[in-house]
Amino acid sequence: MELKSLLTEKRAAILRKWFDLIVDTYPSDTSSFLKKQKNQFANPVGHTISEGIEELFDELLEEAGSGKVSPFLDNIIRVRAIQDFTPSEAIGFIFLLKNVIRESLQREIREYQMYDDLLRLESRIDDLVRSSFDVYMKCREQVYDLKASEVKKMTFRLLQRANLVKEIQED
Amino acid sequence: MAKPTKPTKPPKPEELVKIDYNPPEKPWMEVPVEFKPGTFCYGTRPKYLEEVGFPNPREWSPLDEDWKLPADWKDTVLDGLGERLKKNRAFHLFMDICVRCGACADKCHFFIGSGDPKNMPVLRAELMRSVYRKYFSTGGKLFGSLAGARELTFDVFKEWWYYFYQCTECRRCSVFCPYGIDTAEITMMARELFNLLGCNTDWIAGPVANCYRKGNHLGLEPHTITSNIEFMLDDIEEITGIKIEPTFNRKGAEILFVTPSGDLFGDPGTYTCMGYLMLFHELGLDYTWSTYASEGGNFGFFTSMEMAKRLNYKIYAEAKRLGVKWILGGECGHMWRVVHQYMDTWNGPADFLEEPVSPITGTKFENAKTTKMVHIAEFTADLIKHGKLKLDPSRNDHLKVTYHDSCNTSRGMGILEEPRYIINNSCNHFHEMPEDTIREKTFCCGSGTGLNAGENMELRMRGGLPRANAVKHVRDKHGVNMLANICAIDRATLSALMQYWVPDVEVSGIHELLGNALVMKGEKERETDLRLEPLPGKEEEDV
Repeated sequence: MELKSLLTEKRAAILRKWFDLIVDTYPSDTSSFLKKQKNQFANPVGHTISEGIEELFDELLEEAGSGKVSPFLDNIIRVRAIQDFTPSEAIGFIFLLKNVIRESLQREIREYQMYDDLLRLESRIDDLVRSSFDVYMKCREQVYDLKASEVKKMTFRLLQRANLVKEIQED
Repeated sequence: MAKPTKPTKPPKPEELVKIDYNPPEKPWMEVPVEFKPGTFCYGTRPKYLEEVGFPNPREWSPLDEDWKLPADWKDTVLDGLGERLKKNRAFHLFMDICVRCGACADKCHFFIGSGDPKNMPVLRAELMRSVYRKYFSTGGKLFGSLAGARELTFDVFKEWWYYFYQCTECRRCSVFCPYGIDTAEITMMARELFNLLGCNTDWIAGPVANCYRKGNHLGLEPHTITSNIEFMLDDIEEITGIKIEPTFNRKGAEILFVTPSGDLFGDPGTYTCMGYLMLFHELGLDYTWSTYASEGGNFGFFTSMEMAKRLNYKIYAEAKRLGVKWILGGECGHMWRVVHQYMDTWNGPADFLEEPVSPITGTKFENAKTTKMVHIAEFTADLIKHGKLKLDPSRNDHLKVTYHDSCNTSRGMGILEEPRYIINNSCNHFHEMPEDTIREKTFCCGSGTGLNAGENMELRMRGGLPRANAVKHVRDKHGVNMLANICAIDRATLSALMQYWVPDVEVSGIHELLGNALVMKGEKERETDLRLEPLPGKEEEDV
């Protein structure tokens, strides 16, 4: 038996556990809301997480991978990058998947000696964490950019009128 | 030689991933507030308070241990609270009647976006109710915390400050409250109390002082206002070939036009302003701008009722000085909340003005009978309805538009259809966002009530998440690339929100779209839109 088919078989249960662990990183009043409210417009955070981890999970199972950063990884981290999380908390939710897989499939992994497969999968999860750091930094930099560009926007007309804005002449 | 100590055992991987992110399970009253970067605005500089005669001007920061409050600060807050309970019956009711049913809890954009339970409207209000109970209710006086009451301490005051500057007074929660409790009113009272102790934010107090001194939030002086508009007139001439010559401070004009100063300065507000100028010119409207009543918005409204009244006064005063018949107002959000619900009581009756009648269509704006001030969306929709404008919506064919209802105009005064009517007549591609995110249930931009500063950008991105999420949906489904609205704060802040959440969507006022579509007498063939970008079908010639 292969780990991949086992993961496919237990996909729903694994995703449910992973989702619960992620939303438990929020205060308890909030996590119950994130779990219960199914309307994607009333609960964009819960929806982004649940939709995102489904896609990320399926992408992890695809051995080859596209080499690109998943837009779904971006979606989740974009939310957590502006919430009350430290950088490690914001991207640490990916590590939780390792825990879920080890706990859910402990017996089968031992019985069918799937440790090689498991190590390969965990390496891919580590790769995902590495990409997460890039995404997180991009989001944070964008927040700082926005702060700076709003100030620039406010003063642009003023500078333009005072003839302090010069177009760069092309040769 | 010391014996080497036995190395500690490294934690197992399972132990490493078991991280408990949950805050300690304590009752909310016992968890002290923590000021997190990106979520609050700077404290006001003393000069802004001095300029309007407000108490306790001093250098301070919300991060300071000592906020330099006067020794009797507690009495000031409690006396102020008592006075407001007596004066405002609604506020007194709101303190008493909440049954904590939770209907509002998950309706606040700040709670939805941040996940912080103290952003649930019920809990935010409870921050104040608990103190109210302690000092103003028999049950609270007798039973203390058993009755949900708590002492007013400095920590509690700081907590109020943190969370009442994380409410945009958008009133979405009140739509869902079975008792009609208006949390916005509770926030207003809290902010009034802060101002009794000089605890305003710099971003609000600055515009208030500017407006008090120079007539507008940005502190633009008369010559700056006129030259800003001239700048737009040059662009209009380049686009249409038509030279427009508006008048300023002209006595005897029929109409005084007042708009938020954001329209005069800073894109994309300026494009909306170009739309107004083109429309009025095309109609041959007998109107004037004022460089004195040069602000429709009112940051005093985020300070105290008294301050809002002082800033609002200039509009009627200027109307009287110029001898106009009535007042027309531009696209703005909270400006209209103030005009619609407070101006007449504060500074009326405006019996020196006439009941507004459109000089073009003869329509009487009966809803503006007492205030004598008409919203431009109603004015323009009426023109279109009577066939008074020639519009070519194909000039906006490069745009797929959706409409964001501003909280104040939709929930505060019921302007729902007029903007949509104008957009539908000016554009061929219009797509609504999902039902629960528009009209009375619209999601706030997350930056209203003076929260549109830069230092609290993370907070703005959280608060705007539900709105952006709905925009993203129509972008993915219909290819929407323009988010239209009728609010100056929206125009200024939704741009940043879109850049973060939905980067290929731009922001505009509806009179920019109208200006694009408006076929003007004697105009040259248009090559570009109001942003000087090529019109659909004209791109090749531009190369």
